[in-house]
Amino acid sequence: MRIPVVCAGSIAVCCVLASQLSAGRAGEGQPGIVAPSEIVVVGDTIPVSLTGLPGDAVRGRAIVLDRAVGNCLICHQVPVPAETFQGNIGPDLRGVGGRLGEAQIRLRVVDQSRLNPATMMPPFYRVDDLTRVAARFKGLPVLSASAIEDVVAYLVSLKQ
Amino acid sequence: MRQRMPSAIETAAGIAAVILVCSIFGMPGLLHAVRAEDAPGAASRPAVPRQGITFQSKATQALQADDGANPAMLWVEQGEKLWSVPMGADAKSCAGCHGDATVSMKGVAAGYPKVDPATGALLNIEARINKCLVEHQHAPPLAYESQDLLSLTAYLSVQSRGLPRDVQIDGPAAAYFNSGRTFFTTRQGQLNLSCAQCHDDSVGAKLRGDTISQGQTGGWPGYRLEWQTLGSLHRRLRACSLGVRAEILDFGSPDYVALELYLAWRAKDLPLESPGVRR
Ligand code: HEC
Ligand code: HEC
Repeated sequence: MRIPVVCAGSIAVCCVLASQLSAGRAGEGQPGIVAPSEIVVVGDTIPVSLTGLPGDAVRGRAIVLDRAVGNCLICHQVPVPAETFQGNIGPDLRGVGGRLGEAQIRLRVVDQSRLNPATMMPPFYRVDDLTRVAARFKGLPVLSASAIEDVVAYLVSLKQ
Repeated sequence: MRQRMPSAIETAAGIAAVILVCSIFGMPGLLHAVRAEDAPGAASRPAVPRQGITFQSKATQALQADDGANPAMLWVEQGEKLWSVPMGADAKSCAGCHGDATVSMKGVAAGYPKVDPATGALLNIEARINKCLVEHQHAPPLAYESQDLLSLTAYLSVQSRGLPRDVQIDGPAAAYFNSGRTFFTTRQGQLNLSCAQCHDDSVGAKLRGDTISQGQTGGWPGYRLEWQTLGSLHRRLRACSLGVRAEILDFGSPDYVALELYLAWRAKDLPLESPGVRR
């Protein structure tokens, strides 16, 4: 168990990490959490929140920017001028909340390959059909259900 | 923006395009069986191979171009000294068998990895150096990333600087080549990306502060400014594995050496540029 080491600095961080990790552990059997295996896709959307609750856009923004968590700027641009060297492999996310609805954005963050099998965008909430995953990430989605909802809330807020 | 997002319907309608992309990426899918039957020569490689240094900033290019400023030259100088140092139980030096490296080792590194006829194993230049140490000098092998092995590797690479790659991929090398190609084209890691998706499909794109190159290997071993030291090709490969959150293989692991062979073939006639300098 790595949690005690990670937590050496801060109890608060510890709680967040612990809850993310356990939610992340596939969310299997967690009341109210939709596990990666339980995702229901309707057209090009996932209509239902993975936590049953709305996400928090402020937390979502932090996840998108953090290189150790979402690391989305490695491929995308967002309207945060202080972040230099934003990537351009994926589309610019400025205005994405105007182009796409919440349920559409959710599917794209969960697993873009359901729409485009050849996509470069990593699946952020999927645990199967992956090869040679590093031991410490095996069986875990990149983001927890609540982190996905936070990211979705932030992207929905990017109206222009 | 490199790829437009197709709707589900467009995706279904454009299945031919998807098949094409699958075949380029070598993704397990519709064309998998076809790829497996491909002759080695049929695999894709960049139409116009480009040295890694050409994707670096002007300042980094200048650093590499000037032997007086290129920090990697310190290892080359060290390697030159080691070449003549007696080693092992028999106190034999490399020069004792091979003489002047600028003559005997010219073009040698460009031919690696190579199958060892005695054992059938695929050896990269590091493994070949260690084979000499163990078998001919009765010395212990040098550890990967040790200063001595890096120095000898850099010294040998410089003897091929400016010369084109010349690796064999048929006969006993064919199986290694195929497994290297599979490694290159298979999506891997928690982020589910293949080498080819970055180094074939996204060349020139920005990945944060990096410009994605063709992933050519001719600059390695190389001095990476981020590391503040010279590193082997396998150290560079491990950084890419880490980036996609895939298993980070051991230095010298057979999978990376097979991948090295595929990458060397992929460079076609591209001249070696080691010792490189990178961001
Ligand atoms: C390795 C590259 C990469 C990373 C990392 C990445 N994306 Fe993407 N993303 C893409 C690409 C490429 C597309 C284009 C769609 C396709 O490929 O089918 C895309 C599309 C999208 C879209 C749809 C945009 C539109 O206008 O249609 C959203 C939303 C999105 N990404 C969000 C994210 C978020 C949020 C993260 C991080 C948590 C992220 N992406 C990380 C490459 C990436
Ligand atoms: C998500 C993108 C990505 C993936 C996937 C990726 N790489 Fe890289 N690679 C990079 C970046 C960025 C660099 C540094 C800039 C450059 O030289 O391309 C790099 C550098 C390299 C280099 C050094 C090139 C030079 O001239 O210095 C090699 C070789 C390489 N990669 C091989 C691979 C192999 C083999 C794989 C698969 C195991 C792989 N890469 C997977 C992004 C990637």
